[in-house]
Amino acid sequence: MNVLQNVGIGSAINRVDGLQKVTGRARYAAEHPVPGLLHGVIVSGAIPKGRIVTLEDSEARAVPGVVEVLSHKNRPHVAWFDRSHKDMVAPPGSPFKALYDDKILFSGQPIALVIAESFEVARYAASLVRASYEVEPHNTDFHKAQAERFMPSKKRDTYHPPKNRGDADAAFAAAPVKVSAEYHLATEHHNPMEMHASTVVWEGDGSLTVFDKTQGPQNVRDYLAGVFGMSASTIRVMNPFVGGAFGSGLRPQYQVYLAVMAARMLQRSVRVVMTRQQMFTHGHRPEALQSVQLGAERDGTMTAIRNSATTSTSRYENNMEDVVIWGMMNYACENAAGEYAIAPVDTATSTDMRAPGAATGMTFFEMAVDELAYAAGIDPLEFRLKNYSETDQMNGTPFTSKALREAYAEGAEAFGWSRRSQAPRSMKEGRELVGWGVATGMWDAMFSKTSASARLSANGHLEVASAASDIGTGTYTVMTQAAADTLGLPVEQIAVRLGDSSLPKAPVEGGSWMAASVGAAVQLACRSVAEKLLSAAAKMQNSPLAGASMEAVRFSGGRIALRDDPARGVAITEVMRASGTDVIAVEETASAGISGMISQMRKSRNTHSAIFVEVRVDEELGVVRVTRVVNAVAAGRIINPKTARSQILGGVVMGISMALHEESMTDHRYGRFMNHNYAEYHVPVNADIHDIQVIFVDEPDPEVTPLGVKGLGEIGIVGTAAAVANAIFHATGKRVRALPITIDKLVDDTVAP
Amino acid sequence: MSDVAPISIAFAAMPITLTINGHERRLSVEPWVTLLDLLREREDLTGSKKGCDHGQCGACTVLVDGRRMNSCLKLAVSLDGASITTIEGLAEGDRLDPLQQAFMDHDAFQCGYCTPGQICSAKGLLNEGRARTRDEVREMMSGNLCRCGAYTNIVDAVMQVLESRGQIKEAAE
Amino acid sequence: MNRFSFTRANSVPEAVRAGGGADTRFLAGGTNLIDLMKENVERPSALVDINRVGLAGIEERPGGGLRLGALVSNADTAYDRRVAERYPLLACAILAGASPQLRNAATNGGNLNQRTRCYYFYDTATPCNKRNPGTGCGAIGGVNRIHAILGASPSCIATNPSDMCVALAALNATVRVTGPDGEREIAFADYHRLPGDAPQHDNTLRTGELVTAIDLPDEDFSAHHTYLKLRDRLSYAFALVSVAVALRMEGDRIAEARIALGGVAHKPWRVPAAEQALAGQPASAENFDRAAELLLRGAQGQGHNDFKIGLARRAIRRALRQAAAGTPQSQTDKRIA
Repeated sequence: MNVLQNVGIGSAINRVDGLQKVTGRARYAAEHPVPGLLHGVIVSGAIPKGRIVTLEDSEARAVPGVVEVLSHKNRPHVAWFDRSHKDMVAPPGSPFKALYDDKILFSGQPIALVIAESFEVARYAASLVRASYEVEPHNTDFHKAQAERFMPSKKRDTYHPPKNRGDADAAFAAAPVKVSAEYHLATEHHNPMEMHASTVVWEGDGSLTVFDKTQGPQNVRDYLAGVFGMSASTIRVMNPFVGGAFGSGLRPQYQVYLAVMAARMLQRSVRVVMTRQQMFTHGHRPEALQSVQLGAERDGTMTAIRNSATTSTSRYENNMEDVVIWGMMNYACENAAGEYAIAPVDTATSTDMRAPGAATGMTFFEMAVDELAYAAGIDPLEFRLKNYSETDQMNGTPFTSKALREAYAEGAEAFGWSRRSQAPRSMKEGRELVGWGVATGMWDAMFSKTSASARLSANGHLEVASAASDIGTGTYTVMTQAAADTLGLPVEQIAVRLGDSSLPKAPVEGGSWMAASVGAAVQLACRSVAEKLLSAAAKMQNSPLAGASMEAVRFSGGRIALRDDPARGVAITEVMRASGTDVIAVEETASAGISGMISQMRKSRNTHSAIFVEVRVDEELGVVRVTRVVNAVAAGRIINPKTARSQILGGVVMGISMALHEESMTDHRYGRFMNHNYAEYHVPVNADIHDIQVIFVDEPDPEVTPLGVKGLGEIGIVGTAAAVANAIFHATGKRVRALPITIDKLVDDTVAP
Repeated sequence: MSDVAPISIAFAAMPITLTINGHERRLSVEPWVTLLDLLREREDLTGSKKGCDHGQCGACTVLVDGRRMNSCLKLAVSLDGASITTIEGLAEGDRLDPLQQAFMDHDAFQCGYCTPGQICSAKGLLNEGRARTRDEVREMMSGNLCRCGAYTNIVDAVMQVLESRGQIKEAAE
Repeated sequence: MNRFSFTRANSVPEAVRAGGGADTRFLAGGTNLIDLMKENVERPSALVDINRVGLAGIEERPGGGLRLGALVSNADTAYDRRVAERYPLLACAILAGASPQLRNAATNGGNLNQRTRCYYFYDTATPCNKRNPGTGCGAIGGVNRIHAILGASPSCIATNPSDMCVALAALNATVRVTGPDGEREIAFADYHRLPGDAPQHDNTLRTGELVTAIDLPDEDFSAHHTYLKLRDRLSYAFALVSVAVALRMEGDRIAEARIALGGVAHKPWRVPAAEQALAGQPASAENFDRAAELLLRGAQGQGHNDFKIGLARRAIRRALRQAAAGTPQSQTDKRIA
């Protein structure tokens, strides 16, 4: 390794946890070895609604090696009040409490936990538990649920209501060019590769160490403390490696509740891992219906936006998303009205899934914009540029930055958009129709108060730590680079600790705020170390740094040196030795600060993207291939172009998946998702994914967050599905307004090929 | 059962010998234990991942006598005498397998959970010697899901190793 | 997964002796059986491991043709030089299915006996006549986009999920079995069955019978064949509709045609009348349409799978075109020829 290699912010270093991942040494939630471990297997219920009449577990108990069968009949005490079961990101309502009573709220609900000395014994015994039910009427049909559509009086605290402007109804009525369309999104399940799992270590003194698959170890710790009436100081939740989550790990899932319940009852260590089938029995992206009506002048000037949506929630919690605001913010249009509500179905509560709200709402809005561009006879990219807004149109505020115009330009250039012919069905190669589509993506650039510690040892080794999570997002690498950037140390001398609730406070990993937030916290902590080092260095005998200010020095290559005269400086290890310091340890908290809070009130902060997609459609057979994607992203400063690119690639793949593949299919008679496995719930495989080019456009933005970083976890998916759908229209002349666009929706026997 | 004495019958643990990453292991295993669970729960080789437990994701891919297979669908007792290579057995000491290095260099993963299966699968692909173009690599790596969507980087990594071994038919598309 | 006894057989006679129980299952590659046992769909009382009984070779048959051992893996079969050259349709169909890992483990005998992907068959919380006779069919009136359009019955609308079997059906293969009553041969068309009122039986194997080999007749369709598979993603997915076509051409006329459909019925679907209608005819769009019409006569949708009827018609047409032109569908280049 080259010590002088630039590894700070902006450099494309390899993921620092890569070695552990490619050697199999990275341990995930179900992989921490514990002596005397018990294994719990969850028994899932069969009906969507009603009550358990009998639960017969004697056969299961008779299997040698079975230690206990937990159910509502014998579960230990948990907190009585709903508020004790609420986690940090819970929506309003009454949280689901596994094994609480005989009530069944959704199909696949856990009804028992079989705990045994081995996984195989528990699995076998679980198959012997029999339940009988009293069935109550249920509804899982979202279209029928529209009759129960409502706006809860208590809103989810992350919800932003649409703000209307002008007179959208009148403008729409008067518009010479208009489109009106209804769109539908099927329920999707996150399906991270790692199934939800918890290993609960019974420490003997009543305290617990919990290895959990979560996006927020402190959220899980506090949740468990509330549920089981424990002091948070007796619970340590660890998630050093998380095998993907995409939102499914924001809220504590029921396996951690069950594993902790069992561990406390039996005073033993317990592991509980969901099956892939059980991954369809908790949070999911809500099913959605969206109605978009757009009006324009004949020259393509947008004059009216009416954007209305409904998303699904459960009967017991009111999950809400920001679905309709995106298009209202993004486009210059004097008249805009948005309306949003939720509708309950008898499933588990829907939950945030990658770019919640925007992935749904911006996708459908951008499909409608494409329809309007065609109605006006204008190139869809030109149409978007014609209605471009420099400001947030809904909130009437400027953006801290918005380089979407540049993203359109650079994306179009790389894609070759200028060679496109406008008419649908006008491009063909061999048997295949070729379609080029464009769409816009938009997400929030958020910042969340986060703490980090830094600890520099005499040998120049630095450890930075925060209770953040790395769910594949690159947090380890981001923290390393923020530290390297500030203290000028080589990567090998920096250790990062995260995924541990005992570390300095951090928010859940979600919403794309982690890099900006924990990066800033690490930078602050390291800067504090740097100040202490400089002050010690200045006190050294004949110090070349005497009297030098922080601004006058540079930390680089393990040395502190004068910017103006880099030859004059001292090694960090020398400073530590000379000052007799064993360790410099600090903890700092990054918050928006007063100026940041004022800025947050006065300005909008968002990432933007322009997505260009090429599809090839075999029209006779309805087969779609996505052969090229260019995603040009304006997301402020990029900490690591390599890992950042991967995040966008992942978002694009999930967007293609949303457009073409993903759908949890429900049998409404049984109120049950039927394709609950990886063979019949389709996500793309390698053969589905071709060329994807990612462009980060230059977007300096010192105001948006302390590091100028905007975050990338969500923006890659937003709009991608719309670009695919728009490309399919361009190829075939067919508007498919229900996602996913499966083969059956493109094969239409009434039209001769 | 028939009246003829079966060759060996087990309703509980039976003895088997497996060579795991070069080490001979004499084990006593109940017939319903899969190779994947044996590796993860009893041998503390947790590099092989459980992503579905039904042969639908490839995260559990290991090499059985040099051939890639889903270890979740193999009963350990049926493999008596076999040689198993897992992700833990690919590197020689500190010297990584070229695929491991290529996966790191191309950032061919994010969360890392599918990665051991991808790498073992790619190792099997190299052993088979039938994939020589990007299209072929894509198809023959399609038994390994990656929910983080690292597919293009995975293909880049595999192509690089194929190239270094002189096994490609044409330059990257 | 339930408890079972485990026996390892070292020869076919040993396997047959050990495998006589109604709840006994032979274990070969395990790719489907172990999956189903984890779902508690299969709950055998005994497993007989047949991986060491031999049957692991591909041999020339005395009178011509090839004999595929039941325990040869799907991958080794597809990549066998003799299979690839003389029966490329079979190689293509095998490579269109599953994944490289599964094809390495799965055996030829096992592929014949793989069970349906019907959601209800797999989900023990729902009714299924195939899994639990008499409980009803959940798929009728339920989620059925992957289900049968041909040959279904009021008690079952499941499909056979195999790709390999579609090619074997088109190739007039013969299944060789050994059981308590000795050896017998089953014509491929008679091996799988329609559900009727006994959908618990996928095939005509008798209790205790073991598939030992698949015989391929000495017929050459290598110049004009294709396996066209349509599915919900471009690889590693079961067929919505697939078509195996083998033609013997004389000039631009079809001398002999074989067409089998996958993903549409409880067994690979062949209609002799459709094949006869093509014999002696030019390879024309009209003739292909007529063949499709005959193949799909009586096709009936269940709601979600109505689209399969039109899709199958188009797929048949395209596959016939591919085969006649001598441009078989590539299983790696996803452009459809």
